[in-house]
Amino acid sequence: MNQAPKLNSFRGGPDEDGRFGIFGGRFVAETLMPLILDLQDEWNKAKDDPAFKAELAHLGAHYIGRPSPLYFAERLTAELGGAKIYFKREELNHTGSHKINNCIGQILLAKRMGKTRIIAETGAGQHGVASATVAARFGLPCVVYMGATDVERQAPNVFRMKLLGAEVKPVTAGSGTLKDAMNEALRDWVTNVDNTYYLIGTAAGPHPYPEMVRDFQAVIGQEAKEQMLAAEGRLPDLVVAAVGGGSNAIGIFHPFLDDESVKIVGVEAGGRGIEGDEHCASITAGSPGVLHGNRTYLLQDGDGQIKEGHSISAGLDYPGIGPEHAWLNDVGRVEYVPIMDHEALEAFQTLTRLEGIIPALEPSHALAEVIKRAPKMGKDEIILMNLSGRGDKDIFTVGKLLGMGQ
Amino acid sequence: MTARMDKRFADVAAEGRPVLVTYFMGGDPDFETSVAIMKALPKAGADVIELGMPFSDPMADGPAIQLAGQRSLKGGQTLAKTLEIARRFREEDQRTPIVLMGYYNPIYIYGVDRFLTDALAAGIDGLIVVDLPPEMDDELCIPALDKGINFIRLATPTTDDRRLPKVLENTTGFVYYVSMNGITGSALPDPSLIAGAVGRIKGHTNLPVCVGFGVKTAEHARAIGASADGVVVGTAIVNQIASSLTEEGKATDATVPGVEALVRGLSAGVRSARLAAAE
Ligand SMILES: Cc1ncc(COP(=O)(O)O)c(C=O)c1O
Repeated sequence: MNQAPKLNSFRGGPDEDGRFGIFGGRFVAETLMPLILDLQDEWNKAKDDPAFKAELAHLGAHYIGRPSPLYFAERLTAELGGAKIYFKREELNHTGSHKINNCIGQILLAKRMGKTRIIAETGAGQHGVASATVAARFGLPCVVYMGATDVERQAPNVFRMKLLGAEVKPVTAGSGTLKDAMNEALRDWVTNVDNTYYLIGTAAGPHPYPEMVRDFQAVIGQEAKEQMLAAEGRLPDLVVAAVGGGSNAIGIFHPFLDDESVKIVGVEAGGRGIEGDEHCASITAGSPGVLHGNRTYLLQDGDGQIKEGHSISAGLDYPGIGPEHAWLNDVGRVEYVPIMDHEALEAFQTLTRLEGIIPALEPSHALAEVIKRAPKMGKDEIILMNLSGRGDKDIFTVGKLLGMGQ
Repeated sequence: MTARMDKRFADVAAEGRPVLVTYFMGGDPDFETSVAIMKALPKAGADVIELGMPFSDPMADGPAIQLAGQRSLKGGQTLAKTLEIARRFREEDQRTPIVLMGYYNPIYIYGVDRFLTDALAAGIDGLIVVDLPPEMDDELCIPALDKGINFIRLATPTTDDRRLPKVLENTTGFVYYVSMNGITGSALPDPSLIAGAVGRIKGHTNLPVCVGFGVKTAEHARAIGASADGVVVGTAIVNQIASSLTEEGKATDATVPGVEALVRGLSAGVRSARLAAAE
């Protein structure tokens, strides 16, 4: 991934300035610029360092539990009566989602750089939990910024972070969700540049984060590809993942980008409908702008003020999207579609009842799209979906929505 | 680069004192009050005005300026209206340089060319855009310089000698030295550290160096002004405005006079600064 972008490849980006087409870049305050350049140097060295790769692989196998299984969802497939549905079971990872893949990678970098304090932002709390977990594992103090709204709706994860020794700082600015948590984390970073490592949880932010997070998450797609070849002797026809900032999606998409036969779909949070303001469908209903260090699709008004989105799922409640997704949309390689809150909620229940797997609300969005598409596809066709996290954190939210009393 | 900016710095230097740069948020708490505040600033002793452009996600600002931006946006402020504040000011004052300060996205959405044309027409002399480091100069800095608008860059304690030349390369007007790593509104660090940093920057450029972040009182202004070419005061003014508002955030009779009184004191501070240095 070090070479210049190959012609006719969708996998060569970003360029050395961190651009994917017009997207990406390094739109940060001067105070942070030297840090970001240092990080890039360290990352360039680490990714080709056999010792770093070996440590990452070792922790992946013994701490995270990689490879995660590829699971054929037999009953769901039968129920829908179309394409064969496979899940890449990232929800079985240690801490319950794909977020840990990135956290292990970044904390190893933080150690290499001699940083002594970790900060992170979190929406659903999955990245916060994964950050708190690796901070505990490597003996570093950790501060997690979390929107006050999310602190409430993802209470189980707040407890987990605290038990792991992290300090959770609720952020009340704005609508108290992921965007506001990220602003506050950036403010902390600017103030504590000397000792602090900012562990960004998704494939967004200033270069090199989008590339680095993607590369740490690409293990998902690499494994899935091998596992699919072993199980079916061929590649899937369709790959589907939910997109918040875009890390689980780019992780499973990236290794398939140059496989022409594979159709790829990213699922955005359609919230209560994309006509109004109560959604987080940045690509479907947003426009290019600059926020949190990169140019990408954003939900914004005509004056360039960022809007507060809405999603039933805290992990998708972000008014932007990683820059590589913005580019993949514009070049037409990946299709991005919205799924509404109620559709995700229904999919959540379907999977729980049919397969005995309680998914997180984020991948429930991907699942809702799979449920729409599978019946229209042939029985000899194959869908691969990233089951990015488990739903333990969401059971109270879902219980309330379904009117389940004690 | 604009004659107005260079002349103001030269004239003030000839007086043997540092420049007083005052920041306030355009549209806080409403458009008309902002126009009145802006007109009052030079009369109270401000030499250069930084006019804040509100943004929903001000990543480099502390709570005071965050809240000022929220009040402004709630009152219906837009980038076009911020330019209109400047234009109204220029009807009365053709000599005080105006620097627009904010974040890139509203400018990007307005359209860079259109923005620069309208800014020039409104009498703007310079831009400070927090999230455009030198690596992003093609976005706005180069087009602004081509049009004759200054692009004023922030240098920070993390900008080491290796990086300073890059930061200074396309900087014009003045250099804004951020006194510490942090957000606006933090506490002022030791003036002697600042004097060292200003000296370091001056080793790389002939541009005036103004120091901001944490300057709140006339005494601070005097202490910083002993070594710097200028002193920037922002959060203190924004706090003064906030403290004068009604519970609903509306302007009162005390809003404009409160700013005037504060700036008069700061002005006295910078006017005694070089005396302090000579002591
Ligand atoms: C299980 C799960 N999936 C997906 C996401 C969305 O993030 P991303 O788009 O970076 O994968 C989250 C975020 O919290 C999550 O917890």
